[in-house]
Amino acid sequence: MSPRVRAAAVPGTLAVLALLPFVLSGWVLFLLTVAGAKALAVLGVVLLLRGKLLTFGHALYYAAGAYAAGMAVKYLNVRETLVLLALALFAGALLSALLGLLVARYRAVYFALLNLAFSMVLYGILLKFYSVTGGTDGLGIAEPTLAGWRLGGESLRLAMYELTLILVALLVYLAHRFSVSPVGYALRAIRDNEVRIEYVGASVWHTVYISYVIAGALAGVAGALIGISVGHITPDLAFWSQSGEFVFVAILGGIGSVLAPVVGSILFEFVRNYAFEISPYTWQMTLGVVLLLIIFFLPGGVWSLTHFVTRRSTR
Amino acid sequence: MSALLETVGLTRFFGAVRAAEDLNVQVAEGEMLGIIGSNGSGKTTFLNLATGYLKPERGRILLAGKETTGLPPRTITRMGVARSFQIPQLYLGLTVIENMLLSLAARAGEIGVWAPLHQAQWRAEGLRILGQFALEQYAERSVRELPEGVRKLLDIAIAVALRPRLLLMDEPTAGVSSEDKFEVMDTLVAVLRGSGITTIFVEHDMDVVRRYSQRVLVFDQGLVIADGEPHNVLSDPLVRTAVLGHV
Repeated sequence: MSPRVRAAAVPGTLAVLALLPFVLSGWVLFLLTVAGAKALAVLGVVLLLRGKLLTFGHALYYAAGAYAAGMAVKYLNVRETLVLLALALFAGALLSALLGLLVARYRAVYFALLNLAFSMVLYGILLKFYSVTGGTDGLGIAEPTLAGWRLGGESLRLAMYELTLILVALLVYLAHRFSVSPVGYALRAIRDNEVRIEYVGASVWHTVYISYVIAGALAGVAGALIGISVGHITPDLAFWSQSGEFVFVAILGGIGSVLAPVVGSILFEFVRNYAFEISPYTWQMTLGVVLLLIIFFLPGGVWSLTHFVTRRSTR
Repeated sequence: MSALLETVGLTRFFGAVRAAEDLNVQVAEGEMLGIIGSNGSGKTTFLNLATGYLKPERGRILLAGKETTGLPPRTITRMGVARSFQIPQLYLGLTVIENMLLSLAARAGEIGVWAPLHQAQWRAEGLRILGQFALEQYAERSVRELPEGVRKLLDIAIAVALRPRLLLMDEPTAGVSSEDKFEVMDTLVAVLRGSGITTIFVEHDMDVVRRYSQRVLVFDQGLVIADGEPHNVLSDPLVRTAVLGHV
């Protein structure tokens, strides 16, 4: 694909996606909104995976973003979606900046499980501090506004779809910029050789820490988008199975591109929903089979299919 | 000539094993110093201590009069000390030019999150340095695909790209065929002398040491047992016994 075609493909694709509400049902739009929002959390997991940093606790920041928005609605009566998203971004970044001071020193299974432990601590807090967090009942995020417009029903669904589309496009672009920056390359280099990074005068810890905070901020935004779109949040957002789902989708999509989490997330949401519709009692088995097929036949994830297409078109 | 690197009473043990004891070494600016010794004599430990990878139990390390004892490798690197390794330490998943660009970005202090790594001026400089080592034809290839000899040179080129004042090389001709070793060393020495880089190299090959070092240190069980010009040191029976196992 020539650079000119590629440059035209981006706004063209975004325009088509922006016009989808005219042809798709509300349910499919909602599914795409959920997939887009979760793709941002998965994007963070993918960025970390590029540095061989596997986290089983990324739902921590996802829940932090969602609860930052939920509590702002409940206790501060903030209704503006853009303010809620900014608060969620700040919550994800701040919490990951704090915990990252410790977590960024660990690798491999210790990194994975330390994240899991912190996420389960948050899960416990959200569950037990009923008077503040609503416990298992969770919190409602009702009647949000967007740039002053009150949203509800169809308008909420449409606005959240378009807002998610804009945010995904913007944050995927920023993630791309990060990936091709010196820190992005240093993160990939850490995967191979931490010793050499230190011996060129760069800091391994600093590289991991920055990447971790970026991943936390992305998950924070994702959590708020989900909370506002669904209208309700519960402690399950911080549960380990949610973190496992992010890793699942990261493997499903692949880590070869910043777009892979978006493709993986959309595929996951549709497979899960249709699997549940077709076979309500064995849908987890269907997901497992899909993941096994991907691991065996597409170890680079669904995104690696684009390499086959590119190779065939250049023959 | 003033001392660029100076160690005073440098000592390090690994349990009961003496890797360095009371090492008092001075390396002058512009010097090319060879270090020889049998396996386990403490040669690589000396490099690891000088670059901060290991911390000494006693003693001090000074770089141009400034204390570097106990500092981490990245800080010592920023002060002007670079090194290459016995087993090349490279980023296997990146291309040759990307390995080089990370060095150049680090040297410029621009390990940031916004400006791209592939910048025209860094690429031009990276290709120029690769050219000095006859590696420019590998620029876009993944390091994983490279033969060992090429990796060895790239490991040194990455260190040279940092424009160090002092370069420490651990067995630069290890893994290079005996026919190619002088060609590799000629290339290296031409680049290092042209850049005015003070060099310490650990080597097992006595022909290489005799031909390229101005001064030789001989290590044996963590001690320096000889220090002098290659011709004198390598003909010393004590050295020949300690290093080669015969007179």
